[in-house]
Amino acid sequence: MRRTLRIVLPPLLVVGLLGVVWEVYARVGNLGDELLPPLSRVLSAGWDDRASLWASTQPTLREVLLGFAVSMVFAFAISILLDASGLARRSVMPVLIGSQTIPLVVLAPLVVIWFGFGLTPKILLVALVTFFPIVVGLLDGYASSERDAVTLLRTMGASWPTVFRLVRLPSALPGFFTGLRIAITYAVVAAIFAEYAGAETGLGVYIQGADNSFRTDLVLAAVLVTAVLTLALYAATFIVQRLTIPWYTDARKVNQ
Amino acid sequence: MSTSAIDVRGLRKAFGDLQVLDDLSLHVERGEFVSILGPSGCGKSTILSVLNGTEPADSGELLLDGEPLNRMQSPFAWMPQHDVLFPWRTVEQNVALGGEVAGGLSKREALAQARALLPTFGLDEFGATRPYQLSGGMRQRAAFARTVAQGRDILLLDEPFGALDALTRTELQLWLEQIWGRERWTVVLITHDVREAVLLSDRVYVLGPRATGITLELEIPLPRPRSLELLGNADAAALERELLQALHAGRTA
Repeated sequence: MRRTLRIVLPPLLVVGLLGVVWEVYARVGNLGDELLPPLSRVLSAGWDDRASLWASTQPTLREVLLGFAVSMVFAFAISILLDASGLARRSVMPVLIGSQTIPLVVLAPLVVIWFGFGLTPKILLVALVTFFPIVVGLLDGYASSERDAVTLLRTMGASWPTVFRLVRLPSALPGFFTGLRIAITYAVVAAIFAEYAGAETGLGVYIQGADNSFRTDLVLAAVLVTAVLTLALYAATFIVQRLTIPWYTDARKVNQ
Repeated sequence: MSTSAIDVRGLRKAFGDLQVLDDLSLHVERGEFVSILGPSGCGKSTILSVLNGTEPADSGELLLDGEPLNRMQSPFAWMPQHDVLFPWRTVEQNVALGGEVAGGLSKREALAQARALLPTFGLDEFGATRPYQLSGGMRQRAAFARTVAQGRDILLLDEPFGALDALTRTELQLWLEQIWGRERWTVVLITHDVREAVLLSDRVYVLGPRATGITLELEIPLPRPRSLELLGNADAAALERELLQALHAGRTA
């Protein structure tokens, strides 16, 4: 309980302080609800519109999670290939890095043109954005395998797939979670971008609609929801990590 | 004439321009405990790497029971200096790795075998714990059990106690002497610790610095079981002195 408080309290204080600054600035400056409504108005407007906001959050969350699932499957597959072959690593890595330089603004409408207004373009965009940090995290993790551990299994007569399964893959899991955390902070934004480019539901559509009717308070309310969603997903990676590789956190605690 | 368990003849190995082993010959009998004693950088670990197949020899013969060594069925179980226990496996799962990978056992059989081995290594109550919860000495014993669990004829121990503190090291050396007396594995031990070599070995090879080869081969005819008291007696002291002199002679040569 004390520990939870110690983790949760400082960021809450910072957020609260920012909220106060926002509130005061908007009220004192009297900027008008269209330009910058005070935080209290954003919160109450969001609360009043909670049903519609929640209905918009669900599809976005679904896109994020599905996009992530696709991204992870591909990331694992590609990373195994790249770990197995130096030639594959040297030839494919530049392409992967290049794929990260395409701006989302350009890509989002293109994906909609190619795949329509359905779920597919959103999943693709989320996967594309989140895939790279996960691959890098995995590759880094494989490389962190202890050399003696690999040699030991080799002397036991283990084949490459066995060495991979028994040493390289488990060694890579901490790196995988690091990559996952970086990726997850991009994921929600990517989904909203994809919705912006063309969709029927989702937070992106909600924001667009609010924007078009000059409801800045609702736009900002949706932005707050986005932030909370990303934070929740980020926190979830720690929980999943704790469940999948409990030895990692425990061993680090002991060694400190 | 009986054939040796391991017979190494005219072994040569260079890393680039650096000749590490030059015309090295040695043999190990079945059930014998042989130590290779040498200063750091003399290539003693390279001998094990060649034996366990991680490094190919440039030339030379490797005979096992008089026959050329068949790499497909390596008779060697190698134990590295650091325990390399996997943190994601419990102690018994780590030990089971030996039977699972090298012994070709099923997961369940390997685990059963590992559990049966634990008492010998003083780990009966620690099967389900994680390696990071163990002391350095216990970790090394677990690594030892994993080596034995491979079910292979010959143990190659690469300075297994080198990374331990002095107290734990002595404790484990005495422990190994005791358990070796019961199990009588064929062992090749790499060490730079003269006392360790005298305590544990039937025979010791002293390796000179880089590529000078074997400078001394010495029988250790001390009775077993051996103890710290025994190391204090005149015979043991004389053997230690002889080994120490050989080590240092090699350095100034």
